[in-house]
Amino acid sequence: MRHTISVLVENKFGVLTRVAGLFSGRGYNIESLSVGETIDPQLSIMTIVTTGDDQIIEQITKQLNKLIDVIKVVDLTEIDHVEREMVLVKVAPKQEDKAEVLRLTEIFRGRVVDSSPRTYTVEITGDEKKIEAFIELMKPFGIKEFVRTGKIAIAREGVKK
Amino acid sequence: MKMLGAQIVIECLKKEGVKHIFGYPGGVVLNIFDFLYDDKDIQLILTRHEQGAVHAADGYARSTGKPGVALVTSGPGATNTVTGIATAYMDSIPIIVFSGQVPTKLIGNDAFQEADIVGITRPCTKHNYLVKDVKDLARIIREAFYIATSGRPGPVLIDLPKDVTSDKTQFVWPEHVSLRGYNPKYEGNKWMIKQAAHAIQKAKRAVIIAGGGVIHSAATKELKELAEYTQIPVIMTLMGLGAFPGTHKLALGMPGMHGSYYANMAIQNSDLLIAVGMRFDDRVTGRINDFAPHAKIIHIDIDPSSIRKNVRVDIPIVGDARRVLKGLVNVLKEEEAKNQWDEIRKAWLKQINKWKKEHPLSYEYDENVIKPQFVVEKLYELTKGDAIVATEVGQNQMWAAQFFKLSRPRSWLTSGGLGTMGYGFPAAMGAQVAHPDKTVIDIAGDGSIQMNIQELATCVLYKLPVKVAILNNGYLGMVRQWQELFFKERYSYSHLDTVPDFVKVAEAYGAVGLRAEHPSEVEPVIKEALKVKDRPVFMDFIVDWKEKVFPMVPAGAAIHEMMFGEEKKSKKEQKLRAVK
Ligand SMILES: Cc1ncc(C[n+]2csc(CCOP(=O)(O)OP(=O)(O)O)c2C)c(N)n1
Ligand SMILES: [Mg+2]
Repeated sequence: MRHTISVLVENKFGVLTRVAGLFSGRGYNIESLSVGETIDPQLSIMTIVTTGDDQIIEQITKQLNKLIDVIKVVDLTEIDHVEREMVLVKVAPKQEDKAEVLRLTEIFRGRVVDSSPRTYTVEITGDEKKIEAFIELMKPFGIKEFVRTGKIAIAREGVKK
Repeated sequence: MKMLGAQIVIECLKKEGVKHIFGYPGGVVLNIFDFLYDDKDIQLILTRHEQGAVHAADGYARSTGKPGVALVTSGPGATNTVTGIATAYMDSIPIIVFSGQVPTKLIGNDAFQEADIVGITRPCTKHNYLVKDVKDLARIIREAFYIATSGRPGPVLIDLPKDVTSDKTQFVWPEHVSLRGYNPKYEGNKWMIKQAAHAIQKAKRAVIIAGGGVIHSAATKELKELAEYTQIPVIMTLMGLGAFPGTHKLALGMPGMHGSYYANMAIQNSDLLIAVGMRFDDRVTGRINDFAPHAKIIHIDIDPSSIRKNVRVDIPIVGDARRVLKGLVNVLKEEEAKNQWDEIRKAWLKQINKWKKEHPLSYEYDENVIKPQFVVEKLYELTKGDAIVATEVGQNQMWAAQFFKLSRPRSWLTSGGLGTMGYGFPAAMGAQVAHPDKTVIDIAGDGSIQMNIQELATCVLYKLPVKVAILNNGYLGMVRQWQELFFKERYSYSHLDTVPDFVKVAEAYGAVGLRAEHPSEVEPVIKEALKVKDRPVFMDFIVDWKEKVFPMVPAGAAIHEMMFGEEKKSKKEQKLRAVK
């Protein structure tokens, strides 16, 4: 099963490699990993999406906790949480399709963040399903490339961690 | 007072009570070596290879319980430590390795003798550091010792760029270590301990498996108390040997691939397995799906990730083995003062004794050729078991584990997890530095000993009377054994073809060399060796090269599916088995 794991770590050099190395060294999957500072600049949060059966996920959390620079590990999958991802999609629609691309962008509450005579770059934020739906819809118009941030997630307030 | 980084390193080591460092110099660590030159409190043992230095620090740590320290230069000096660090990591041994590094400004430049040793050792250290500012140095060293020795112990590496050792700062020894991401849990959960006690009370066929964790946490007294009070037999893993007296009537020896028949049978037929400070390595469990099929499992370990990693666990207890065992005994004594343990265990212990008689650990004595097991038995006999025993890896290691009945913890130095050939001799050397008056023996193979044979020079230099018993079979014997049993006797590259004259090698280094070619010479050679107090000794035992380690569980089999090596022999031959 897929799990979204939130890992609070020391904001120190080398921590990302320790975490990534743990996954590669023990043969665990990383579907996505995103990392950024927190309100305390000495700490960072990593959101890791991974897959595995219960036993593997238990090992992943335990092994993460073993790292000295890891302060807290929360498997968000088990609790109510909000997750978001962003994608930048560069589409190159034909002249007659441009309006439709803009209309769909609007429906998805996206924004055009860059345009050239041939292309639009559209920014979409949402959960994974929404991102994937948008990409699917854009495919017929000709996607030149897209870049995804990977998931970030946070527990809903009032939920015990 | 302002001090140079190099001096801070030395001062910190003194604060940590370090008396000996094993090391090897080079360009970027010369600042530190300069301070060691006239230091009165710390002695550096100059090994002949950095791998030797790290294994020696490891042997020092295993035999004392205190952290071992190694100091090496950058680049090749640092990369030479990797096997030693990985060996210590797999067996949870507290060592601190200081490696020199090129100056901070040159890092990343492919500078002369630069290696990213922090990157290289990340997966085989408990933690590691690159010191970028001399102001962090004292704190980092303090943290390193704390991390290495607390919780589940392990190696820590500190990479020291040259400029950090020559920069100056105020020396402040931090009183406390505070690491918000690291809080080992020592106290076991009380409720779980109660559950464990209840399971013990209910069990008819209980068995304890003790691992290296019992030794790390100094829990031997508590283990003995639990076993004797409840009359539960004790199996020791390779790492746990010495945790419980090997000659005790409740001791069942080692489990797993080359374990005893009765240990494996006890596990397979048990209804309760009490695993303490062990991690269900595949060499112990054999085919995992058929491991201990009828048993409830209590697993006590300080490392939560060891629990449920390989086997299902019914009662997990995260905590320090000593404290948990103590708690367990207390609960048992409080709750059920009148439990008739002897009565409850009678049938089970009787069954185990039957297994012991069916297939005791044994070998065929021969009066014309030296049997390697005979050498180990004689070593045991002539030292009265009062020795620190190191081993190399291969058949020699297994025979040592089977036939040297250890009675004390911290007297067994063997590379269990990594299985590092070349470990034993330098580890024995490290133990001898810590215990100058003890008999320290390395039970070696002719292949393994050549992997760190250069340390003979170190032992001669520091007058370390390590006794090396080479079970010389002319082969990479364990490899040969597998080829004989599982590769249709195709001995691909396992014959060593040339083995040096170990007596001459020893003599060339200024050590004592002795040889035994006939069983009658074994005892005199060992006696002679034990007399030597001022230099190392090589004992070259020319042993039966055909000998194999039995019993054996083939890879992939369940642990009760054992081979005894008698399959091909006649009845008459079988009768000749020396049963001890
Ligand atoms: C560094 C290293 N390389 C290879 C091996 C694989 N290996 C395991 S046992 C063995 C043979 C050891 O030969 P020897 O030291 O003569 O011991 P024997 O089995 O003959 O007693 C080998 C090559 C190992 N364990 N360690
Ligand atoms: Mg050999």
